[in-house]
Amino acid sequence: MNKSSDQANRRETQTGISDRSARRLTIKILRHNPQDPASDPRFERYQLDEAPGMTLFIALNRIRDEQAPSLQFDFVCRAGICGSCGMLINGRPGLACRTLTNKLDPEITLAPLPVFKLIGDLSVDTGAWARQMGEKLETWVHQHKEPDIDRLEERMEPERAEEIHELDRCIECGCCIAACGTARMRKDFVGAAGINKLSRFRLDPRDERSDEDFYELIGNDDGVFGCMALLGCNDVCPKELPLQTQLAFMRRKMAKFG
Amino acid sequence: MKLVYTDVLVIGGGLAGLRTAIGVKRRGLDTVVLSLVPAKRSHSAAAQGGMQASLANSAMGRGDNEDVHFEDTVKGSDWGCDQQVARMFVHTAPKAVRELAGWGVPWNRVRSGDREAVVNAEKITITESPEAHGLITARDFGGTKKWRTCYTSDGTGHAMLFTLGDQSIAHGIPVMERKEALALIHEGGRCYGAVVRDLVTGELTSFVAKATVIATGGYGRIYKVSTNGIICEGTGMGIALETGIAELGNMEAVQFHPTAIVPAGILTTEGCRGDGGVLRDVDGHRFMPDYEPEKKELASRDVVSRRMTEHMRKGKGVKSPYGDHLWLDISLLGREHVEKNLREVKDICHYFLGIDPAVDWIPVRPTQHYSMGGIRTRHTGESTALKGLFACGESACWDLHGFNRLGGNSVAETIVAGMIVSEFIADFCQSGESEISIPTALVREFHAREQARLDEILTSKGKERASDIRRRMEEIMINKVGIFRTGTELDEAVDELQDLLVRSRSLGLESRVRGANPELVGAYRLQKMLKVALCVAVGARQRTESRGAHSREDHPQRDDANWLKRTLTTWKDEGDTLPAVDYEPIDVASMELPPGFRGYGQADHRNHPDTEARLSEVTAIREQLSGADRFAIQNRLMPFDHQLPERYREKNECLEEPVEKTR
Repeated sequence: MNKSSDQANRRETQTGISDRSARRLTIKILRHNPQDPASDPRFERYQLDEAPGMTLFIALNRIRDEQAPSLQFDFVCRAGICGSCGMLINGRPGLACRTLTNKLDPEITLAPLPVFKLIGDLSVDTGAWARQMGEKLETWVHQHKEPDIDRLEERMEPERAEEIHELDRCIECGCCIAACGTARMRKDFVGAAGINKLSRFRLDPRDERSDEDFYELIGNDDGVFGCMALLGCNDVCPKELPLQTQLAFMRRKMAKFG
Repeated sequence: MKLVYTDVLVIGGGLAGLRTAIGVKRRGLDTVVLSLVPAKRSHSAAAQGGMQASLANSAMGRGDNEDVHFEDTVKGSDWGCDQQVARMFVHTAPKAVRELAGWGVPWNRVRSGDREAVVNAEKITITESPEAHGLITARDFGGTKKWRTCYTSDGTGHAMLFTLGDQSIAHGIPVMERKEALALIHEGGRCYGAVVRDLVTGELTSFVAKATVIATGGYGRIYKVSTNGIICEGTGMGIALETGIAELGNMEAVQFHPTAIVPAGILTTEGCRGDGGVLRDVDGHRFMPDYEPEKKELASRDVVSRRMTEHMRKGKGVKSPYGDHLWLDISLLGREHVEKNLREVKDICHYFLGIDPAVDWIPVRPTQHYSMGGIRTRHTGESTALKGLFACGESACWDLHGFNRLGGNSVAETIVAGMIVSEFIADFCQSGESEISIPTALVREFHAREQARLDEILTSKGKERASDIRRRMEEIMINKVGIFRTGTELDEAVDELQDLLVRSRSLGLESRVRGANPELVGAYRLQKMLKVALCVAVGARQRTESRGAHSREDHPQRDDANWLKRTLTTWKDEGDTLPAVDYEPIDVASMELPPGFRGYGQADHRNHPDTEARLSEVTAIREQLSGADRFAIQNRLMPFDHQLPERYREKNECLEEPVEKTR
């Protein structure tokens, strides 16, 4: 079959694992350990040879193994699924694990996501933010009765289930918050992640909350009315969630109450 | 010494840990969850494909029930599982899916009418009945007779984990992030909690609890290439092992997933093949039907992985700078299907390979994926040896999966085990048995010991680097304790791992910071990982047969006569370089499904002396009760109801089997 040789050729030319001539990368990393009173924020430069298929996950681990054993960063799935590794890549929030170095210039600048509490170097505390957002917005299905687990489940229209999943795909990586002008000025702003999450529950027939209930949660300047519509969230969302649409939609719904 | 008291200490914030915490909290107990990372970042999120439960809603799932799920699971395990546990599991799985549905998981639903699907590389039309419209649907997975895997596109784990994460917030359960348990506190065969390190400040806290639960996932990261998240280092098993008392079961049972992308080792879901994707070789030839004419790409995972490896060994692999690979072709499913139901796969292909799987084939090869072995527990989830210690999910050997786990049974296990084990923990905590009156001096002793260990590593003048030793361990594991194993290679592996363990006792660090210090973390985890790796390698060396995922080229036959038993490893003394090995027989005389041919792979095994007698008993019971309902027959063959927590004993309703509630 010819298809396989076509495939192989294409792989050579198109894919991240094709073997291009190796480049020398310079990775500039913002180093700071807030635990250490003697530590001042500074950029450090690390050099390494680019390998085929290299991602920032691979590069950072190599730097830590070979040059900077104290370097802090967060990865878990290293596959773009868990949301641990949001950071500023050349100034733009994104997931480091799935960023191939060959898509970038040989000098790469990495910094921690702004807005969140810095743990050290490239590691920030998105977990505390997510927990607090969950508590504040009560991001769970509000239903008075417990599901009857022995009987047929409640039915749901297949389209509705898919629509919910579409919004449920948020991984709480924090990129949208880091890209948000309002979030920088207003520390309690729930941001696109929070508003998206509530529109997910608003869509869910299992959630018994009314628009009035949602208004109580986000009908203010820390919620839908704080957004300046700069669209940063929408531009950087690694999951390509329709954040701006949800924001506009929720704002219109909430405005009816206000 | 910082000290925290709670009823139930849960170590691990993935699906199993969170469901356990919710379970005990609902029984009125105080609980704390410790997690290495924010709980919603747990490896559970990476489960793409789905969760098995015999709901039998969709057309291709009709006729399914707990009996069929049970049979698939036992055969899948290559008769290595605990059949009582498998029964408890298949019975509770539908309840677990329905509970999650009530809590907000957006399971894909049945749409009535005709739809196109790809089965065996051909387009077919499936007609869904109107009465099933809106109920939870299912997809096909390997090793199952029916389409049984419930899913939310290919983000099932994510949807489940976020639902549980949010439920734990709703239940007010404290989840303490970036906390690592270093050691279990125990005395006189009773576990009392753990010494825990804060990964940000470096501070130690001792948690004292009536019950301690390990739900830390698998040990994939002792292998060089693994689909596991990087936190799946097996250290939960490591701390259990280091008590010298808790037993690890079947550590040599390590599953390889057929389709991880090359070179990153990131998984593409079994849903790819379940939905109709096929495997191709260097010539573009679909080779699986040559090996497994009946199940083809959907034979059980261990079988497909071995066939792929065999095929590559014949020179049919595609050469690449990273070694040989094969192709996974999902282009035949069509763009719409790929973009909707396999979107994570599409994203992974896009970001890591720069290809579009709706058009291009995906480079794949078998990669370490799942740990069937773990902390050996009773059916209650309690350690067989250390009272007050519980384990569930992948870190446990409960033992649902035996020597091979079926796709879709792992996320199902996390929830089901969490449901069941949390009830037993609550019973335990609410009984007099759980009362504790340990002196703080004992806690202080453990606390001080851990502090001293950390200080020793931090101040050591040793020359060894943890990262070098770790990389060598990973290579040994993938090269010598991998998909095919031989006695010679396993001997070498055990010897080399022992050397590494000795070397790991003289580490030296460059970074001597006490707080957040990734190098220090790597150093103290290393010894636990090496001990776990040794349990895997030694168990594999001793087991001179092939069963499920454990495949010995020098002993290709499954040998029930000698090996129908679980491997138990313990680490008796800190100075040892080898685990102590013991065995636990699996009782053939009480099996509902006596050992036989799995229906895929080769029909080649040596019978256990009791097999024939049990087979004739089973046949006689079935004949005697022919015409009776399936529950009555099942109950005669192997009663299990009494082992379930009372609240989960009710029968499961499905469209074809309406149920009157008895309670």
